[in-house]
Amino acid sequence: MTDMIERPAREPALRLEGIVKTFPGVRALDGVDFEVMPGEVHALLGENGAGKSTLMKVLAGMYQPDGGTIVIAGREVRMATPLEAKRQGIVLIHQELSLVPEMSAAENIYLGELPRKSFGRVDWKTLYARSDAILERLRCSFRGDATVAHLSIANQQMVEIARALTVDARVVVFDEPTASLTDAEKVVLFDIINDLKAQGVGIVYISHRMDEIFTLSDRITVLRDGQYRGTLDTAATNEDEVTRLMIGRSLDLSRDTTPARLGDTVLEVRDLTCAPHFEDVAFSVRAGEVVGFYGLVGAGRTAIAEALFGLRSCESGMIRVAGKEVTIDSPEQAIALGISLVPENRKEQGLVLQMSCRDNMTLPQVQDLTAGPFVSSGAEIAIFDQYRDRLAIKTPSWRQPVGVLSGGNQQKIVIGKWLSMQPRVLIVDEPTRGIDVGSKSEIHGLLRELAAQGYAVIVISSEMPEVLRVSDRIVAMYHGRITREFSADEVTEDALVQAISGIGVELVS
Amino acid sequence: MLDRLKAGGPAIARQGILVAFIVFMIAFTIMSDRFMTADNLMSVFRQSAIIGVMALGVTIVVIGGNLDLSVGSMLSFATVLVVDLHDKIGPELAIPVMFLATLCLGAVNGFLVGILRLNSLIVTLGMLSVIQGLVLIYSGGQNVDIVDQQGTWFALFGRGAIFGIATPIVMFGLMALVFHVIMTTMPFGRRVYAVGGNPTASVFSGIPRSRVVFTTYLISALCVGVAAVMLGSRVMGSQNNVGQGYELQVLAAVILGGTSLLGGAGSVLRTVLGVLMLAFIQNGLILMGQPYYTQWLVTWAVIIVAVWLDVAAKRGRLLSPIA
Repeated sequence: MTDMIERPAREPALRLEGIVKTFPGVRALDGVDFEVMPGEVHALLGENGAGKSTLMKVLAGMYQPDGGTIVIAGREVRMATPLEAKRQGIVLIHQELSLVPEMSAAENIYLGELPRKSFGRVDWKTLYARSDAILERLRCSFRGDATVAHLSIANQQMVEIARALTVDARVVVFDEPTASLTDAEKVVLFDIINDLKAQGVGIVYISHRMDEIFTLSDRITVLRDGQYRGTLDTAATNEDEVTRLMIGRSLDLSRDTTPARLGDTVLEVRDLTCAPHFEDVAFSVRAGEVVGFYGLVGAGRTAIAEALFGLRSCESGMIRVAGKEVTIDSPEQAIALGISLVPENRKEQGLVLQMSCRDNMTLPQVQDLTAGPFVSSGAEIAIFDQYRDRLAIKTPSWRQPVGVLSGGNQQKIVIGKWLSMQPRVLIVDEPTRGIDVGSKSEIHGLLRELAAQGYAVIVISSEMPEVLRVSDRIVAMYHGRITREFSADEVTEDALVQAISGIGVELVS
Repeated sequence: MLDRLKAGGPAIARQGILVAFIVFMIAFTIMSDRFMTADNLMSVFRQSAIIGVMALGVTIVVIGGNLDLSVGSMLSFATVLVVDLHDKIGPELAIPVMFLATLCLGAVNGFLVGILRLNSLIVTLGMLSVIQGLVLIYSGGQNVDIVDQQGTWFALFGRGAIFGIATPIVMFGLMALVFHVIMTTMPFGRRVYAVGGNPTASVFSGIPRSRVVFTTYLISALCVGVAAVMLGSRVMGSQNNVGQGYELQVLAAVILGGTSLLGGAGSVLRTVLGVLMLAFIQNGLILMGQPYYTQWLVTWAVIIVAVWLDVAAKRGRLLSPIA
C-alpha cells in the first residue's frame, strides 16, 4: 500500500524516506515514508507503540535512524542533535510541557537565547517586545511578563507554541496537543494551527482523536507496528478506512468472546461522591468479569480507583465489598479487604526503581513473609518465581534492579506484585501505557484470563481499542459522572464517544 | 581517564571509600610511627564510638529519605540531662528518664517530618536550635557535673570495659550489628528502603509511610540517648553545648559510608566504615601535628571527592551537561 493520492507538484517542506530504527529486540520503525508540504496539516495516526513517537524523535534529531533519508526543502540532511533539527526549522511541541514554571512567559519563550545588552545583561525591553509580538500573533490573552506557573495548561501550551515560533519554523509537530485542553481551548489551538498553515508552515499533527483529525488535517498517514500503512487524502476517506489501516482489521476488535462465567457481586459502589473529582458514582463488579472505565483524562476514573484504594477520602456514598459495607481510609485497609490497584504511572507510583525485582514484587506483603522476625528470602523468591513464570517476565535474575527492565516487563512486575496478594478486586489503571505492541496484547490476554479465573477486574483506560477489547461491560465517564454503562454486545464506538464527551448528559444525570 | 572510568570505573568507584581508607591507613602508618599501634587504634575506636552510634541512627533516617541535623544539640540535651539527674535521682532513674525525654524530641522530629510532611532539612535544622535553647533553659547556662565520679556504676559505659574491650566499642559494635540485621533482613528495613527510594510507590504499596518515617526519627533519638550515656559517663560531667558540631561529623560519616542523601540506598555497615575512616583521618592528622582545623579541611575535601567519584560512576563520566 503506497501513496493513494498523487504527490502535489511543489517541493515538500520535509520528506522522510524508508526510515528504519531498531532498538534491542524491537524494530520500532521499518521503512517508514512520510512527508509534509508547506501549508499542509498532515496527521500521523497509529496505536500506541505503532512508532509515531519514535518517528518524531528521529525527525527532531533525538534519535539517529539506522536507515533511510531525511530531506528538507530538497536537500538531504542528517540531524545529529535536537539543536540541529531546530536550526533546520523543525520544532516539536511535546505532550509533556517543558517549561520553567517560575519564570515569565517571555523568558521561557527565549530560554537559552535571551537578547543581550553590553556586559551580558539581559535586554528586558527587547525580550518583552518580541515575546509580546509573538503572543499577540497567537492571540493570547496574557503578555510576556506573566509567570508561567500562574497560566492555565492551555496557555502554557501557547507559550510552548510561541517558543516554536521564535525560530523560523518550517515544520511544527504537535504531539497529542489536546490531551489536557478544554473544548474552548481546543478551538483557539485549532485557529492557531490554521494560522500557521496559512503562513506556509508544514504541520504534523499526532492524535488519537478521529474527530480532530478529520476537522484539521489535509492528509493522514497511518503507522502500524512500526510499518508504513499508507497515506490517505482526508477529504476522500472516512473513519472506517483509517481505523482499518490503523488496527489491521475492521472495527471487529477480536475480543475474547467466551461468555464470562459470572460469580457474585464482589464490589458495589453507591452514590459515591468526592468533589470535585467525581459525584454520585454507582456501579458494581462481579467475580469473573472485566469492567472497563472509559473517559477523557480528568473525567474522574483514576480518582475513583484512588478512593477505592483508600488514597482519597469520599464525602458520601457507600462501598460494599463481598456484600459487606466498608470504609476504606488507607491502602492498608484496601489491601486487607482484597482490593489491589495497579496504578497508572508505574515509575512514580508502581515501583521503587532501584530495588530488586523480587523486593518490588513482595513489597505489599513483606511483613507477612517472615520466619520469626526475619523476612524469609525463600518465600520471597518462591513468589517471584511463580509470577515470573506465570506472567513471562523477562529478567536475568530476581536481583536485577527493576529500573533496568523494559516498560512491558516493569508493568508485569507491578501486576505480579498485586496478583500475588490474591485480591478479590483487581483495579488496573492504564494497563498498557507506554508499552510495546507485543507486551500490550499479552497484558490484554492476561486480563481476560484473570477474569476467567474468577477475579473481579476493573480496567481504566484512555484507549478505546483497549477498553473494547478487554471489557465485558464498559462504564463511560464525563466530568466526574458516569454517563452510561454498556454491555460488550451493545457498545458502539459512536455511542461511546458521545457518552464520554457529555453529549446528552442531561438526559442521564 | 574518561574512558577508563566508563569501562572499569563504576566497580572501582563503588569501592572508592574502601580504597581511600586503605590508602590513608598506609600513608599515616608511614608518616607516623605511633599511628599503627594497638593503643592508638583502640583509642581511635573508643573515641569514634559516640559519633558512630549516632551515625547508625542517622543512616536509617537518611535511607528513609530524610535528614537529621538535630542530633548535635540533642546530644547536648541528653548528656546534660543524664548527668544532672545522676546525682539528683540516681543513675538507675536518670538513664530511663533521659531516654524518655530524648525519644520525645525524636517524636517531635518524626511528627513534623513524617506526619506533617515538612521538609526534614528545615525541621531538623530548626530543632537543632530549639533543642540547644531547651538545654540552656534547663541548665540555666551552667555546666553540670557528677560529684562522686569513682563510686558510681554509671562509669561503666564510658570508662569501663567488657571482656577487656572498652564498653563504648562493644556497644557501638553490637548496635551496628543489630541495625544491620534490621535493615537487611527484617520487614521494617525493607520498608525504610522503599519509603526512601520512592515514597509515592510505597504508599501505593500499602506501606504506612508516615509511621515508617516517624520510627526512623525515634531510632535516631534512641541512638543519641545511647551516645549521651557513653559521653556523660566518660566525662562525668557535661558542658551545655557539648554536642555542638557533632551533627556535621555524623553526617560526614554517613556520606563517607556511601549512603545516598536522596534516600533509598545505603548501608549501616558502610557507615561504620565511614565513621572509622573519619576517625582515622582526624587521628592521623593529630599525630602528624596538624591543628584541628586541618582535620576539617581534609575531611570535607575527602568527602567532596568521594561524592564526585560516586556521581561520576553513576553517570559513567566525570563531567556531565545533564544530571
